[in-house]
Amino acid sequence: MSLGLRKNKDLAALDGRRFSLDGAMTLLSFALLLVIVVIPIFMIVYHAFFYQGRFDPSLFTSQLFSPKTLGSMWNTVKIAFWVTLFGTVMGVFYAWLLGRSDIPAKGLMRALFSIPYMFPPFLGAMAWDLLLNGRSGYLNRWLVRTFGLAGAPFNINSVWGIVFVEISYYFPFVFMQVVSALERMDPTLEECARIAGARQMTVIRKITLPLVLPAISAGALLILISSLAHFGVPSILGFSQGIFTLPTQIFDTIQRAEGSFEGIRQGAALSILLVAVVSAALIVQKKVLSAGSYDIIKGKSMRPTLIKLRSSKIPLLILAVATLIMIVVVPLVMIFLVGLVKAYGLPLIPKNFTLNNYVKVFSASGTFASIKNSLFASSTAGVVCMFLGTLIAYVVQKIRPRGRGALEVLSVLPYSIPGTVLAVGVILAWSGSLGGISLYNTIWIILVAYLARYLSFSMKSSSAALLQVHPSLEEAARACGASHTESLKDVTLPLIRPAMVAGFFLIFLPAMREVTTSVLLYGPYTRTLGVQIYSLRDAGMMPQAAALGSVAILLIIICNTVVTYLTRDRKGV
Amino acid sequence: MDQVVLRGVTKRFATKTLGDIVAVDSFTFSVREGECFSFLGPSGCGKSTTLRMIAGFEDLSEGEIELCGRPVSVKSKNLYVPPEERGLGMVFQAFAVWPHMNVFENVAFPLRIQKMNRADIDRKVADALAHTSLTGLENSYPSDLSGGQQQRIALARAIVTRPKVMLLDEPLSNLDPKLRESMRFEIKELQRKFNFTIIFVTHDQSEAMAISDRMMVCDMGRIMQIDTPENLYNNPVNRFVHSFLGESTFLNVVVRDGQAYAEGDLDHPLGLAVPADAAGRMVVATRPNAIELSGGSDGYQTHVEKRIFLTDRTEYLIPVGSQTLKVQTPHRVFFSQGEKCAVRLAAPVWYPADDEAAEKERLRRQLL
Repeated sequence: MSLGLRKNKDLAALDGRRFSLDGAMTLLSFALLLVIVVIPIFMIVYHAFFYQGRFDPSLFTSQLFSPKTLGSMWNTVKIAFWVTLFGTVMGVFYAWLLGRSDIPAKGLMRALFSIPYMFPPFLGAMAWDLLLNGRSGYLNRWLVRTFGLAGAPFNINSVWGIVFVEISYYFPFVFMQVVSALERMDPTLEECARIAGARQMTVIRKITLPLVLPAISAGALLILISSLAHFGVPSILGFSQGIFTLPTQIFDTIQRAEGSFEGIRQGAALSILLVAVVSAALIVQKKVLSAGSYDIIKGKSMRPTLIKLRSSKIPLLILAVATLIMIVVVPLVMIFLVGLVKAYGLPLIPKNFTLNNYVKVFSASGTFASIKNSLFASSTAGVVCMFLGTLIAYVVQKIRPRGRGALEVLSVLPYSIPGTVLAVGVILAWSGSLGGISLYNTIWIILVAYLARYLSFSMKSSSAALLQVHPSLEEAARACGASHTESLKDVTLPLIRPAMVAGFFLIFLPAMREVTTSVLLYGPYTRTLGVQIYSLRDAGMMPQAAALGSVAILLIIICNTVVTYLTRDRKGV
Repeated sequence: MDQVVLRGVTKRFATKTLGDIVAVDSFTFSVREGECFSFLGPSGCGKSTTLRMIAGFEDLSEGEIELCGRPVSVKSKNLYVPPEERGLGMVFQAFAVWPHMNVFENVAFPLRIQKMNRADIDRKVADALAHTSLTGLENSYPSDLSGGQQQRIALARAIVTRPKVMLLDEPLSNLDPKLRESMRFEIKELQRKFNFTIIFVTHDQSEAMAISDRMMVCDMGRIMQIDTPENLYNNPVNRFVHSFLGESTFLNVVVRDGQAYAEGDLDHPLGLAVPADAAGRMVVATRPNAIELSGGSDGYQTHVEKRIFLTDRTEYLIPVGSQTLKVQTPHRVFFSQGEKCAVRLAAPVWYPADDEAAEKERLRRQLL
């Protein structure tokens, strides 16, 4: 029997006892997933198709065939398609450049390429809006003045603007996947082709690319699904021009309805549509991924032969650095500068700078509350998910009860459900319709949504660690006289602790910058940091929004640094 | 005719921890047509780097390489022919069969690159597959095949273009011992049929012995000795080569008045024929199976310290002066533990005593 796959016998049950720890943990896992995941999803389906207890698809069909919905669907698919296409091409190109060529400054560029990962895309959209807004963008106005143009040359508030900003945040998905595939690839596979008489370009075309194709398609589909479900960028850039995607239309519908049940039902119907689109993409992913997964990793590690760029080295370096500046540095600088300016629209020169925005932002009562709310919801979600995820991972990997497949699917399911849809489900489930429990307008409803959204992160992290813990380790503890509880506490848990800690941060960091679900769930006193920035901007207070954005970025950078520092020495289970 | 010629080939690497390292130190040798020539040595001795320079994957720091009379790498003229234009066949340790192509496509790849027509490709691939007993597996993918079959694909792919020179980079070390032996035989068979020149890299001395016409033993980037397997085994030029090929046992001796004494016992001579140029402290090297153990008075008188019964031989540890000699005999030569006996070294090789110390020091300096 292979490592880790051996089933732990439920010794208590063998003993004839009714109650066993294993049984209790299994039961608890199912119950928790039922409450956290199944109920919200069920509520969406129910309310989309049933009205007052009767099957009534009229709402669904009327939503589906309204011109606005069709337009949003078309936009969603169009944006996702172009983002995926360009993002993939860009990701593969830079992965090859950094993984296989002799371009200088690789370490620095790699670090910079990973920044879009932690930088919230809606802040990037805000920055680009400040620069390239059709009417008032700084860069647009400068170009008009300098070259005496009749109108603004760029308009970021368009489908193509949305595509552009999303690409700059999503291409790292492909980049990271492909770079790691290239690094793990056995270089003799390529050398062999050279010996067989193929030129460098032929080798790239016939050997390297086909071999990293699984990595490319995995990354591409990650982009596709993320972009289909994406809320931040299209909402910041599209609303003013009436450009909607499905996630932003759901948000808009519910906002306009001002909490009326009819609006939420319409949102539920739209959610079903969005889930259908994403599911279609997931099915494609399954098909593509199962088509080719090769074992390209071989034991003997040898430095891959780097391709000399020769005369194209400098132009390519300039291109790579320019891209990095554009997607990483420009938005950051923009947010910081506008956060300092006295009034939106004033030239960005020291004379117009003031710290007043920061003073205003922090003297407003909502700001500290929003930071506090975000910290509370993120860290609570992190801690709770860390334990729940580990519990479910333990049940799935070690106890292996009947129905573990369902358990696994249920815990990972919310990951592929768009955040907007999840929020609609949580509203339907927890605003009084079930046993009179109403969490609406409290921080708890946000927390429940975070739990559902991020549970799979910690579950995956703990699962991987548990697979490395051989059952004999726990058995040895039992043989030494420890009870089941003691063997868990003293042997298994300490062994997977690093993975649990990693799981916490995997949740805490994205939750801190979360805006997609919170923006639908917040109440008057439960704004999160993301929501607060979003609302300030919505209210037209650009400099203040930018000031708070700068604070958020600083917070994220600090948290990330702390995490890197904490997790550095904790490798190796 | 010499088919592969290296003249003063040197490769230096810059490393972070050790500074500049001379991985290959002015290698000069030639490999004849149809010969099977092995590079043998421990890891880090420069054998793989040399092979990769011949293949064209590594640049030279100095020197030049000729293949079939044509210069392919000449550092002084900055001449460098890329691997795809060297017309070589090569088989790698990790097989390196392409997982996204089936057996036929893998073997046909070199021909397709040459833009050969379909009929010729089909014929040549079928021929190569027949020679490597892969006929019938054309449509299988490498992941469905065993390690031995994967290595045969690599072999078929290498011979399909009928190269003059075949480079084999530890091609057998990922296979299990039984398979290794039969593959070795198959490679020799193919060489006999197609008469290509083989350069074979390995760290396994018995494998090299079995397959090679001549072998080059190297260590720490320097050539130690190039010779036939027999000569290397019987007349190793230094202690390193002696201990690298087969089992060795060494004795430190002192030569005085034409007699050799073991260190720690200067009263009883060993009774060796001392070469004329031997004087002072020396090392005598021999093979454990080339030492005679007897009960008579002929030889150095000592006793059996330990007797170990191994399946195909008996091993004795015999104290000689302050040292211990390892002796292997057939089972019929029987001495019990503690029994008195006499040892005689049959064909010892003499090395200067400071051989190893000097060697170590020189190589250490080279590393720093």
